[in-house]
Order: sequence, then structure tokens, then C-alpha cells
Amino acid sequence: MANIKCPKCSKEIETWGVVTVCPDCGADLRDQVAEAERITVQRAAEIVHDESATTHEFIVRTRGLTKVYKMGEVEVPALRGVDLDVRRGEYLSIMGPSGSGKSTLFNMIGGLDKPTSGSCFIDEVDLAQLTAFELAWLRCRKLGYIFQTFNLIPVMTALENVTLPMIFAGMGTDEMMERGRMLLELVGLGDRLNHKPFELSGGQQQRVAVARALANSPSIILADEPTGNLDLTTGKEIIALLKELNVGGGVTVISATHDLKMIDVSDRIVHIRDGALERIEHRHEIDLEVGRLGDEEASG
Amino acid sequence: MMINVRELAKRAVETRTEERLGEQIALPWSAAFVISMRNVTIRLGRAAITASGIVLGIAFLSYIWTAKLSEDVIERDMARRARLTQIQIQSQESELVIPGQEEAEEEAQARNARQMWLVVMSLLVCAVGISNSMLMSVTERFREIGTMKCLGALDIFIVRLFLIESIVLGVLGSLVGAFIGHVGGLLMYAWKGGWDLPAKLDWPAMIFYLVLSILIGTFIAFVAAILPAKRAAQMPAAAALRSEI
Repeated sequence: MANIKCPKCSKEIETWGVVTVCPDCGADLRDQVAEAERITVQRAAEIVHDESATTHEFIVRTRGLTKVYKMGEVEVPALRGVDLDVRRGEYLSIMGPSGSGKSTLFNMIGGLDKPTSGSCFIDEVDLAQLTAFELAWLRCRKLGYIFQTFNLIPVMTALENVTLPMIFAGMGTDEMMERGRMLLELVGLGDRLNHKPFELSGGQQQRVAVARALANSPSIILADEPTGNLDLTTGKEIIALLKELNVGGGVTVISATHDLKMIDVSDRIVHIRDGALERIEHRHEIDLEVGRLGDEEASG
Repeated sequence: MMINVRELAKRAVETRTEERLGEQIALPWSAAFVISMRNVTIRLGRAAITASGIVLGIAFLSYIWTAKLSEDVIERDMARRARLTQIQIQSQESELVIPGQEEAEEEAQARNARQMWLVVMSLLVCAVGISNSMLMSVTERFREIGTMKCLGALDIFIVRLFLIESIVLGVLGSLVGAFIGHVGGLLMYAWKGGWDLPAKLDWPAMIFYLVLSILIGTFIAFVAAILPAKRAAQMPAAAALRSEI
């Protein structure tokens, strides 16, 4: 996000979408911030369908994905034909206002919901063709989920939460414990293995959730508003962690988000509105000032 | 926090799954049992209320059976005494008449039938109670269930968790209930019919009834939990996650 100028004292202010008043004169900057956001998200547009790439490049593909919810007699379309390709090792953000079909698309990709028509492929496997068992297998081994509300099992400790998917995967106890410990160390919670979720802060809970998502070495991490319930600093921590996993671990990250901080780390941003893809932005087209994280953390 | 992340991330992802994991999804009974027990102990108050339904129902059942056995003992005593008197009478009048005995037996049978009817009703009520309580528990844990499904749980895992939970409650509840019913019944009849009653009791039958009532209690808990557990398992993951409780 670009800098904005205070209309009163002409001070240049860096904004993350969280600054609303000028730190010098206290002038209301909400309009300027909103304008800056609008410019950011409008800067570049591209058609989704990238024919030049071979299909093997794509870990997730959707074709003509539609979903209609029936509310009694009324049919509410949530998705109206979405074609989306996600490259292997990509960090993709899905943005859109609430009710835009963002979560629905997300659930389709995650195999949590069945499309009304169209198909969704993960590693060239059509999800609609899978049996319940194969779908569970896919969720267990290939996908890692991170939720806005963390969704840890409240009666289990951090370590037990992380090892649960490994139990499903049939891993041995010793190996499971070792790997659970390693993952919690990875997310910086090596000293909180036996804490219950309610004994952890929001940021810590989300880090446990990230560790759990990594339990069975997934190829894709699906993060549904992962920073939605976190404050600025912890939100950035989670984003940085996801980015590190993406860059260092080669995990494809698909994240539904409102959070503008996410734009900074995303390779592509998919904008969705009224159940259809509006436009796709590439990171190099957005020209964000990277390296803001450290400064913001120091001041926040 | 971020010092070793890249290094560790590489390790975390590189430890690929192929060689150590088969193409299976499993929830071993031992792991399921541990998770269920955790759920029981963490919601001990709720579990106690659920179990108390079984405790009461089974206590009633056990009491009725103990009463039957005790009454048998008392009747045998009375019959022996009556026979003794009869022999005395016979020696005088040589005629065998025990007035009112048949009616007394019929009345006892009718009373037994009434009591069994009451027991069945009370066990039904207790089954409905457990069912209701498990349904509440399921509703409360929709999100948890959805999360588990996202982590790769099959429907059968969810069913297994809830059934184990209910069976544990059933076993514990009917153990306590059977103890209360049998001991309570014995004490009452011993107080009424003489403290030598336990010595004269048909103990094999007593133990049979004890085991039977525990089995019945467990079975009721099991059956009552099937519907809620199925409901929990059949919830689509997306819908389960959306639910706000």
C-alpha cells in the first residue's frame, strides 16, 4: 500500500490499512486510506485462464464451478461459474466482500462442499469422483486447514491437537510425538506443548493451528481468514509464518482474506464479487513496499 | 520466533509421507477411547447428569429384582411355617386346606407385572434422557466435529467417539445404579423381614440379576446414542464448521 498525505499538515504517512488518524495533527484519514486501498486493488487486472501454462503446473483447477444454495423455496446462487488455476508453490489470496462467495469457493477447493455443477481438480483428480474415504484421505494428507476461529479441539493440549491428524494417518506414537514437537517448535511454541487452547493467546492458538495444518506434510494449506481474529502484530506473525512455509517449504498457500497485509506476501490476488471472478492481480503489478513488517512490529 | 523457520519448514515438509504411511485412514480404538474419556472428564457435570438417568433407571430395575428374590425368601419362610402348622392341624382333622393361598399368589403375580411395566417405562424414559443429552452434546460440538472432518476423520470415527462416550457413561451409571438398587433393596427387606435374609438369599440369581442390569444399562446407553452419533457424523463438514453455538 502506498503512502498517503495528511490533508491538514501534509505529513507523509505509511499505511497498512490500519492508520485512520494522522499521528501529528490527529486529522481523520479514513477517506484517504480508503482511496489508497481502492487504488491498490484496482491497479492490475488479468483474465484467470492462463492457457500458456501446462496443466501439470497447477495444483488446483476449477472449471465452471457453480453453487446454488436452497433457502426454502428461494435459490441463492453463491458461485456463478468460476475458472481458477492455482500454481504449485503459489501464495494465492482470495479477496472479496462478505457474501461474495469467497468462503463457498474455499470450501469447494477444500472438498468440504460439493459444487452444484462444474468440477474442482486437485492434482488433476476430480473431487466429485472421490468416495467419502478418498476425500477423507485427501483432507488428511494433502490439505491443511487454518480457520479464522482457530478451531482447535478445546479438550486437547497443543501437542494432542497437532498430532490428531497424524493419528488419522496411522502414524506410530513415538514418531507422532516427535513430529508434533518439531512442528510446535517450528511455530515457536516449543515451550507450550501441554497447554490447552484456552491457556494460549489468540496468536498462539493460530500458530498451533498452523502446526496442525502441517501435520501430514500437505501440499496445500487452505487458510480461511487466518488473521481475522488476531490483532495487527500477531496477524503479521501468522502471515510471515505462512510466507516462510510457502517459500521455505514449497507449500501452496490459498488464503481467503480481507486482510490487506496479506497482499504484500501474495503471489496473486484473486478478487471475487457476486460469485464470479472479478479480476486477478499479480504481485509484481501491485508494486507494494515490502519490508514494512519489521518496522510496523517495532512501532506496534 | 522466525530464526530457524525456513530451515525447520524445509524439514517439516521434506519428511514426506510415502514410506511411513500406507494408504489408510484410521482411528484406533485405543486413541478413540482416550479422546472420548477426555470428553467425558472435561464435561464431568453434564456427564454426571446424563449418567444419573441411567443410575436411577437401573437402580429401580435392580431394586425390583432384589425385592422379588427377597420376597421369595420370605414366602418360603411363611410356607414352611404354614406347613408346620398344617401338619399340626392334619394330625387333628386330617384335611389339607390353606385358605387364601391361591388368591395371594395371583395378587403377587399381578403386582410383579405392574412393577415390570413400571421398570420398562422408567428405562424408556432414561433412554430418551440419554438420547437428548447426547444430542445436546452433539450440537455443542458441531464445530469440533467439522474440524475433525477437515483433518481427515471419516464419519465412522465420529460415530465411534460418541458411542464410546455413551457406553462409558452407561457402564458407570449402571454399575452405580445396580449397586444402589441391590444394596438398597436388600437393606429394606432385611429391615422388614429379619437380618438373616442375606444368608438365605439365592445368591447366584442375585449376581445374575446384577450382571444383567449392568448389561441392560449399557445396552440402553448404546442404543440411545446411535441416533445422535449418526446425526453428528452425517453433518457435512462445511455446514458443521459454519454453525455458531
